[in-house]
Amino acid sequence: MNKIETVASEVRRIILGKERQIRLALACLIARGHLLIEDVPGVGKTTLAHALAGSLGLAFQRIQFTSDLLPADVLGVAVYSSEHGKFAFHPGPIFSQVVLADEVNRATPKAQSALLEAMEEHQVTIEGETRRLPEPFFVIATQNPSHQIGTFPLPESQLDRFLMRIELGYPNAEAERALLRGEDRRDLLEQLKPCMQPQELLALQREAQQVHTSDALLDYIQALVNHSRASADFAGGLSPRAALALVHATRAWALLDARTHAVPEDVQAILPAVASHRLHAVGDAVKGGADAAARLLQRVAIP
Amino acid sequence: MISPAISLRSTVWLTLALALVSAPHVMRLPWWLSGFALLMCIWRLYLARMRLELPSRWLLMVMVAGGAAAILLQYRTLFGRDAGVALLVLMLSLKLLETRTLRDGMVLAFIGYFLVITNFLYTQSIATAAYLLVCVWLITAAMINLQQRREAAGYRTQLRTSAVLLAQSLPLMVVFFLFFPRVQGPLWGLPADAFSGISGLSDSMSPGTLNQLVLSDEVAFRAAFADGAPAASHRYWRGPVLLDFDGRTWTTTARPLRNNIELERTARAVRYTVTVEPHNRRWLFALDMPGSLPENAIINADYLMLSRTPVTSRLRYEVESWLDYRIGADASPAALNRALALPQGFNPRAVALGRQLRAQYGNGPAILDGALRFLHQQKLLYTLQPPLLGLHGVDDFLFETRSGFCEHFSSAFVVLMRAAGVPARVVTGYLGGEYNPLGGYFIVRQSDAHAWAEVWLENRGWVRVDPTNAVSPARAEGGLAAALPQGANLTRSAFVTHPVLRQIGLTLDSIANAWNQTILGHNLEMQRALLYRAGLDDTTWRTLAILLIAAALMVTAILALFTLRNRPQQDPAVVIYRAFCGKLARAGLAPREGEGPNDYAARLARARPDITSAVHAITERYVDLRYKKISIKSDTYENFANACDGFACSTLATRPA
Repeated sequence: MNKIETVASEVRRIILGKERQIRLALACLIARGHLLIEDVPGVGKTTLAHALAGSLGLAFQRIQFTSDLLPADVLGVAVYSSEHGKFAFHPGPIFSQVVLADEVNRATPKAQSALLEAMEEHQVTIEGETRRLPEPFFVIATQNPSHQIGTFPLPESQLDRFLMRIELGYPNAEAERALLRGEDRRDLLEQLKPCMQPQELLALQREAQQVHTSDALLDYIQALVNHSRASADFAGGLSPRAALALVHATRAWALLDARTHAVPEDVQAILPAVASHRLHAVGDAVKGGADAAARLLQRVAIP
Repeated sequence: MISPAISLRSTVWLTLALALVSAPHVMRLPWWLSGFALLMCIWRLYLARMRLELPSRWLLMVMVAGGAAAILLQYRTLFGRDAGVALLVLMLSLKLLETRTLRDGMVLAFIGYFLVITNFLYTQSIATAAYLLVCVWLITAAMINLQQRREAAGYRTQLRTSAVLLAQSLPLMVVFFLFFPRVQGPLWGLPADAFSGISGLSDSMSPGTLNQLVLSDEVAFRAAFADGAPAASHRYWRGPVLLDFDGRTWTTTARPLRNNIELERTARAVRYTVTVEPHNRRWLFALDMPGSLPENAIINADYLMLSRTPVTSRLRYEVESWLDYRIGADASPAALNRALALPQGFNPRAVALGRQLRAQYGNGPAILDGALRFLHQQKLLYTLQPPLLGLHGVDDFLFETRSGFCEHFSSAFVVLMRAAGVPARVVTGYLGGEYNPLGGYFIVRQSDAHAWAEVWLENRGWVRVDPTNAVSPARAEGGLAAALPQGANLTRSAFVTHPVLRQIGLTLDSIANAWNQTILGHNLEMQRALLYRAGLDDTTWRTLAILLIAAALMVTAILALFTLRNRPQQDPAVVIYRAFCGKLARAGLAPREGEGPNDYAARLARARPDITSAVHAITERYVDLRYKKISIKSDTYENFANACDGFACSTLATRPA
């Protein structure tokens, strides 16, 4: 347990003033979910992904998504080897414990779907052969807001594969000053020491699954989901998969708080990150998914 | 806050529901208005479908002014029932065109409910009630649709919810039906134009009056006999008595009223209840001869029962008649003279025949028999399509065309009798009626309208004579259809002639009668009778109001109890914790909407450092009970409750100023 705190503090040293987002990202990984970081360029999305992978001691690959990226660039390709006289498979960057899919919405849907299928199945099938991906396997994708030029927005079905979507936002003045004064981030990343073994992370994941969610808590989650479905404020309600995502994320958050049971505050903490990319608010009174999630929390009483 | 926009689906729903509510009015509205309203509905749906802008306010203003002016031209007024409904339909169809938001939609729905009521101003039949119930159901569903505005919730769910709502309101409806204070007469005073175009007997008779009326199958009244109905030949329902003849038309002027019924009766009386349909006249029909008067009824010199005001709503009265009677034996010479008057210069041959009868037979009864024998010998034809008659109508009928209807027979007979010096008069009314074995009552229709005669004989007074009987005895026994010759072109509805349909018709009529008697007839008296039976003598509106409120509250309470009982059992920890929160709320520290217990405790700690430890202890316990995997012991909740109880006394008392 202390190790995960160490990881958190290591990452905090690099990404300044974003404690909540770092915690959410860790919870996402502990809940075995994939993480989507969405924000304008230059607020530290890639740095966060680097820092997480580095401090967790996981094998790390980065794929820069561009509009000419092909599925083979992600998954790998079989090349004829004259030495052995047969085709040999050259695994792509996806065969890694942490895959950073940078600017995922700059690639064409074809390349996107290669990544997203791997995310769901934890395996890839190339030329008729199915290959398992390593465990743990995380995808941290970053994307620019879809209204920016040259983007292919992820369809809703693929957005749904990400357990959480977080936004970093600009740092506050204090953090920004520290950033301006401090060392180069790249140097800091290079100095970063892994604080955890992959086995320990897997154990943490198992432990998270054991966190107790009482009937009262599940009542609350169901009330939230039902409200999102029945209320006129939202164009589409939360799916059962989203409800399941809420439970997993809630457990991970409770574990990060060193508890063996989850409380409503855990649900409230993770709900904006879990639900905002799955909810669509109706009308002009509400703007954006994050506001929709906040509204949902405000409207539903804890049973 | 700006009301959210109304969706296409809701627009369609609302428009359809409103069109259905207005549909029964289409027959009563001028054609141009119905067409206009339909056009507006189609236009609105088109705009919604194409996502186009609604017309501008100015255009609507112009249309409102134009429509109102057209209605004013059509009806010469904007008030009253017909013009009012027309105006309402016009406004509704235009309101549709400025319905943009949820709020507008709700306004429309409520106008729809109001339109439901306006339909009852015209008819209150079961079919209308059933149709309007469906309309209420649809409007309610449209309102639910407006509020939910979710594509996911299908129209089936909304219809079901609407039906459940209506079903839940049923007990309240019964309570209001039974106890809502009734007023004598319609609640809001029906507009004056409400009873135009009602067919029925009139207070004058000329050739062609009755044979038009008898083509109508409309019900005039229904009568239920207490014990045993008299034979068909005795079922003469007395209507207006016509005394004055101008050569063509029989009329009567306002007759003096009678203070008491002078009736020499010789045999048994029959008791029966009559439910008369509105006919906008004051006549109350009774069998010859009424011996008792219903409440609020009067009787005139000709033994015609009258209501004090025109019968504009269905009226029920109980009356007693004597089938063997003697009236007017001591009639005044003036009255008898009036019953002898004949216009100068009309019907010379009939007058001559009358004089000849007088000379031949001498006394009244013999003249009567002679006249009837003459009619019989003339081989007169009973027909609904009598040929046109000339200036001397009675002469033409008796000696030339020799075919006519009961009005010709009675008119000719009375002229003959008067010419022979026997006082006589025409009586109009109804004869017979169809027995409905299902409901055990007689249906008397407009087609049973009849005219007969009364002659005054020495020592016997006014005696009923039916000259039609002399020609066609079947009329009294078997009704109109039996009296007409074979193949007579009598276009009756299939519900009267076809055996199976007739059975269905009778069944429907008995249902309609039950509806009239129990639902529509639930007036002040019936309400009083009901309460009296329940042991309540005092039935002022105040008592009723108290009863109404009490019963409504009771029904609501029972329904609420029933609903709440089906709710899942509440966790005792929640109940205790809510009480704890309640105490803090009274100190101005209520939990916020959706605030978790730990967050609440943290906020309390910041606001009131003095109670921090107690709050934390309770919150921790509560969170453990609710969210931790713990085993509940017998005293777990008791301990928690005690902790919360203790909180109130010890801590809040020491609140810093």
